[in-house]
Amino acid sequence: MSENETVVTITVNGQPVEAQPGEWVIAAAERAGVYIPHFCYHPRMNSVGMCRMCIVDIDTGRGPALQPSCMVAVSEGMVVDTTSDQTRKAQDGVLEFLLLNHPLDCPVCDKGGECPLQDQTMAYGPGESRFVEEKRHFEKPIPVNDLVYLDRERCILCDRCTRFADEVAGDPLITFQDRGDQTQVNTFPDLPFSSYFSGNTVQICPVGALTAVPYRFKARPWDLTEVESTYPNPMGDRVVVQASRDQVLRYQGVDSDAVNWGWLTDKDRFSFESTASDLRLGSPLIRGTPLGRPDPGGSELVETTWRQALALAADAIRAAVEDKGPQSVAVLGGARLTNEDQYAWARLAKGVIGTDNVDAQLDDGLPTDAVLGLPRATINRACTPGGTVVLMAPDPKEEQGTLYLRLRHAVVNDGVQLIELTPRATGLSHLAAHRLHHRPGEAAAVAAALVGGDIDAGPDREVGGVAADALAAAAAALADRADQPITVILGRPSLAEAAGPTVEAAAELMKLAKLLTAGGRPGIAFLPALHRGNVLGALDMGLAPGVLPGRVTLADGAAALAESWGSVPASPGADARGILKAAAGGNIDVLILLGVDPLGDFPDRKLAESAIKGVGTVIASDLFLHPSAAQADIVFPAAGFGERRGTHTNMEGRITRERQIVTSPGTARADWAIASELARLLEADLGFGSPEEVWEEIVRVAQSHRDLSLEAIDTETDGVVVADSSIAFHSPEDATPVPHVDAYSLRLVSSRRMYDRGTLVQHAPSLAGLAAGAVLALNPYDFDRVGVDMGTEVQAISHVGEMFVPVVSDAGVPRGTAAFGYNCPDLDVRALIDNDAVVTDERIQT
Amino acid sequence: MSAPAPTDLRIITSRFDIEDGHTLAGYERTGGYAGLRRALEMAPADVHGEVRTASLLGRGGAGFPAGVKWGFCPPGVWPRYLVVNGDESEPGTYKDRLLMERDPHQLIEGCLIACYALGLSQCFLYVRGEMAHAQERLAAALNEAYEAGYVGANVLGTEDFSVDITLHWGAGAYIVGEETALIESLEGDRGMPRLKPPYFPASIGLYGKPTIVNNVETLANLPWIVSNGGAAFAAMGADSSTGTRVFAVSGHVATPGVFEVPFGTTTFRDIIFDPRYAGGMRPGRTLKTFIPGGASAPWFFEEHLDLPLEKTTVDQAGSMLGSGAIVVMDDTTDVVKACHNVVRFFARESCGKCTPCREGTSWLEKILCRILSGQGRPQDLDLLMDVCDNISPGIAWPPRQTTICPLGPSAVSPIASALERFRGEFEAYLPATAVAVTTSAGAMS
Amino acid sequence: MARLNPNNLAIAQEGIARYPVPRSALIPLLHLAQEQDGYVTEDAMAHIAELVGVTPAEVMGTCSFYEMLKREPVGDYMVNICNGISCHLLGASALIHHAEDTLGVKPGGTTDDGKITLEAVECIAACTEAPCLQVNYRYRNQVTTEDFDQLVADLRADTAGVAPHGQLAKVRQHVSEDRWAGVSPPNGQGEPAWMARNPSDNGDGS
Repeated sequence: MSENETVVTITVNGQPVEAQPGEWVIAAAERAGVYIPHFCYHPRMNSVGMCRMCIVDIDTGRGPALQPSCMVAVSEGMVVDTTSDQTRKAQDGVLEFLLLNHPLDCPVCDKGGECPLQDQTMAYGPGESRFVEEKRHFEKPIPVNDLVYLDRERCILCDRCTRFADEVAGDPLITFQDRGDQTQVNTFPDLPFSSYFSGNTVQICPVGALTAVPYRFKARPWDLTEVESTYPNPMGDRVVVQASRDQVLRYQGVDSDAVNWGWLTDKDRFSFESTASDLRLGSPLIRGTPLGRPDPGGSELVETTWRQALALAADAIRAAVEDKGPQSVAVLGGARLTNEDQYAWARLAKGVIGTDNVDAQLDDGLPTDAVLGLPRATINRACTPGGTVVLMAPDPKEEQGTLYLRLRHAVVNDGVQLIELTPRATGLSHLAAHRLHHRPGEAAAVAAALVGGDIDAGPDREVGGVAADALAAAAAALADRADQPITVILGRPSLAEAAGPTVEAAAELMKLAKLLTAGGRPGIAFLPALHRGNVLGALDMGLAPGVLPGRVTLADGAAALAESWGSVPASPGADARGILKAAAGGNIDVLILLGVDPLGDFPDRKLAESAIKGVGTVIASDLFLHPSAAQADIVFPAAGFGERRGTHTNMEGRITRERQIVTSPGTARADWAIASELARLLEADLGFGSPEEVWEEIVRVAQSHRDLSLEAIDTETDGVVVADSSIAFHSPEDATPVPHVDAYSLRLVSSRRMYDRGTLVQHAPSLAGLAAGAVLALNPYDFDRVGVDMGTEVQAISHVGEMFVPVVSDAGVPRGTAAFGYNCPDLDVRALIDNDAVVTDERIQT
Repeated sequence: MSAPAPTDLRIITSRFDIEDGHTLAGYERTGGYAGLRRALEMAPADVHGEVRTASLLGRGGAGFPAGVKWGFCPPGVWPRYLVVNGDESEPGTYKDRLLMERDPHQLIEGCLIACYALGLSQCFLYVRGEMAHAQERLAAALNEAYEAGYVGANVLGTEDFSVDITLHWGAGAYIVGEETALIESLEGDRGMPRLKPPYFPASIGLYGKPTIVNNVETLANLPWIVSNGGAAFAAMGADSSTGTRVFAVSGHVATPGVFEVPFGTTTFRDIIFDPRYAGGMRPGRTLKTFIPGGASAPWFFEEHLDLPLEKTTVDQAGSMLGSGAIVVMDDTTDVVKACHNVVRFFARESCGKCTPCREGTSWLEKILCRILSGQGRPQDLDLLMDVCDNISPGIAWPPRQTTICPLGPSAVSPIASALERFRGEFEAYLPATAVAVTTSAGAMS
Repeated sequence: MARLNPNNLAIAQEGIARYPVPRSALIPLLHLAQEQDGYVTEDAMAHIAELVGVTPAEVMGTCSFYEMLKREPVGDYMVNICNGISCHLLGASALIHHAEDTLGVKPGGTTDDGKITLEAVECIAACTEAPCLQVNYRYRNQVTTEDFDQLVADLRADTAGVAPHGQLAKVRQHVSEDRWAGVSPPNGQGEPAWMARNPSDNGDGS
């Protein structure tokens, strides 16, 4: 709330307390340092006032009366007494009631030691129980899904998990059942709590009723050490990382107002398992013989020393530069690294080696100028009450889980109007005010109509596959709220179409900016929704062709940076696709893979295969020996999340800290250190000996980050948003021509699911099994037209490939479109996608 | 089924003896829908005014003036709803069911008048689930009334007044009689009460919109009030408890029955002992205690018999008229068993939302059960009172509560009443050699 | 286990249309499912969830709150003996014991022939008729043990004139389309037209 709003003064235990209008008494008291015990109250959910633990004497002029402080709003002159005899007696009574049926199994309970009920009992509880009757019994822990167990005997029916499922996640699959003292939380029979967010219920459970399978019986809270950190996903979720005996055992969400409100996705929360995986790389690897002897042409990867591996890598780079010039060295990836790691590699590549063939995105993102050149939004801006969000991105529920939760809250509770401009339905569709599901590749035409207002409305008319009437209604709604912030969530809604149409659509929406500048309106801004953890940091740090650290183009920033770096590449290099094409053509001698697996992840698998084959020396720095690393000649074991220090940049440009709590396996090193060592072997001293020293250099040379000290970042609870950029967005000059889809074909749309064949998921045993198998989803009305039956296996044929896949019905897929998961663990849709075309059409036959 | 006894004044039970009083023909023949016709000739605000003038107290239990409650809707917020509370479940209470079964059109007419007065175009008639006969009588009456033009589009041919009445029924949960729980139930949810404030139905009710929740008997009075004027109604009964009221007298009386009597002037002695009403104790028996207003009410005794059936007087005497249920117990009554019976009711009917009620009522019931089975301990009687105190601090009247709704504190009434007056009967259940049972360690590791 | 049959589906859809918010029809639909199958099957709950747009778990949450909605098969006849305070004072316990002995089941149990389920229930609002009971929610007043035995005999012979468990009112509310005023969603309406009426310009009254 802004400071200008009126303040309400209340008295808490004799002390005057200033509170915000509408604030709950419990929250105002807590801010003033008066803790009121509670179990059901949770600041991020609607109050229900049902545990009754927070009842205190509240006097609004009619004498003190016991009222739930979680559901009474402050009012001027209110007098609150949390210590009166009446309050104490009532709270003691509630505590005794809660303990009547609560089992005394604290010694074997995961929550023991961090349990609010236990803490309250120790602090205020009676020494002995007056309850001599039989306790209530339920079958001991039952799974509510694959990750969470529920012990109903421990449950105190606070409604937190059930409210979370309903209000926050929108997955009301656990509910109160039965009545009175027989009430229990449960699922519908054989219908598990299938939610991407179920782990949050474990975190907010005030007793040990909900426990997480990956953490059960792993540690006692008093054995855990912890640090506050940033989970390296594009949201930059704030987390606490907890470890014991040098092993990460748990991530807990931190309630950051600006970012994740304390929530995490299950995928991120339980990915800690992969950190301690036995398959983590702990030693450098080089080519060798089956007997373990080094041999550059060897068929095996064998362990070696850092000295030898680094020397071989430096030799290969030096040879390549001497042989074919610096551009014969290319760096792919880096989005999973910290800002400091990224900077160090960028400087090594661009300043030391001299190549601009560097790209952190794998042809599945957006051009750098679209990310760094468009006005950037914050998450809170997108969620401004009364504002508008235009979703032109992959399904946030699948790819940006905590952003999905924030958007969902904004739409449901704060009247944000959501306009969905996507080629298929998303997890937010049912909440969207307007669903404009366009034909793949035709977003720009729809966006143009949306902002141009020039719509030839009427039945049977359409634009890009969207009914003109629906489009007109959305345009009117957009115009109607034009005095409130408009935020575009911008990403690649489908990897079966090129980036061009999305960028063109963004350019159309940008036309609003000019219209909206009149009258001091907040206008339009963009929130990039890209894949891979610190991809925004990578672009800021210069891990992209044509840019340098500090959000500046190579052309604009060369002169300034050359002073610090000595030199910079003369001309812009190739992007990931260009790099791989060059590699396939024999023009890349050294390919450095920074935490990426192009064979598994690059949209054009065939190109990735031939590129890796065509390169002389492949160097990989990674956590695991994924398929691409397995093909490498030199492999460096890198430090992962929790094992490294540094900073992270989220989709807003928000910089927060990543902190270390455990040591990395074996001799694995931080990526900035690997880059430094390589530089040293290439006769260049980067001059830093710690990530903090890297950061000092970043804020010295990177324009956008100038003078941003780590202290300043730490001072702010939610870090600091870097807003400056000198990069301009280039509107595409010509619209990408999109071919007509013929009457016998369906146009392909493909996007990622949360659980996939990704490296981290597959190395976290609790998550690995959750990835769903591939299916081809069609609109129910298309089955007859295409002539196939639901549930059968069909043959999908594009002009680049074909495969057999089960076909299912999905009303969220528009007619004429076929949807196929991008990263399924079994079938690889990339075999069907034509990466040289704007869109891919396919035929289906039985 | 015992017919209501004849009384001087019968307003809402006037058709109980008429064979076809529940049909449209019978209703119209006996003056039915005249109140509605009269109302439609008045400005809506004037209809509301007549109800205010009548000082009609709500007949559901709390006894709040209906005309005042009607005025609580926040200005300018539409739509508003009428919800009829026909979930009669308070032990000892038996009147709304008869009003629904025997004179359904009177209730429908009352609904229409309320809707007209308050600008409500949708009414939901929530009938208790177990009342199959009342449901079909109302369904039949509504079908007739719709076809005859009394309900639905363009009531009685007017161009501007349309009201839909939807018959809805519950599925077995006493707590749904509480108005916010009833709204939850009507929204298809578990009938768990909402905190008031903020959830006073008149401001935030059904679907979050202003909602008037009125009891069946309350609404059944409206046709008479509009036909005869609020002043005529107010002239009957006592100043602060006007009109007539229907009481059910049950238990150990000679002629149990449902009686419509002048409100506020008739005394407990009249209604229990007058041969026109319950006819006194069974032969050879004497009065031990009686519950004056449903199971939630503290018990009354011999010394309260001459109190009038008047809200304020009864409140001040430490109990309530509640839902018009008088349950009489004579000297054969085992007070401990009676007390257990009522406490068991509340324990079974607790919705489970608030900790003190969910855990406390069932604990009380278990202690009483144990005492009845001969396993009581000397400290149990004080324990009972202290548990009561933790549900209803001070065990005072009107009750204070650590809960959202009054259900939990309702379980305190019988225990406090019975233990105070008949402690010896409880002690008699304790084993002669009772020794304190060792308590188990309650501390957690 | 069954979803709603086509006939009941039509009834369900008519019912849902009477509410501004579909979920309000949940309890009536659960009664309908119970009328169809004698109890509320899981399939029916899942079907109802689809019809009103909630999850099956939410339907279960509501269904399990209410005593009349049975989630396991019960007898053809629910014999519910009132154990409220008024009936308690006039012999309910004795009647319940008699019923237990006669039927050979405890409250909550169903006779071996599947005919009768016995329950001891809280007050059913016939307090002046104690002791009383309901058979499938139809009243029997001032019940003696002899009355009870006769009732059981009639029920076993299906001659008591009581519909099988599940059916409540034999008459349903049905409104012809032209009489229905029309349901609108709970938002965006202003004050109804008739509120502007005043007696001096009463032109369109009855």
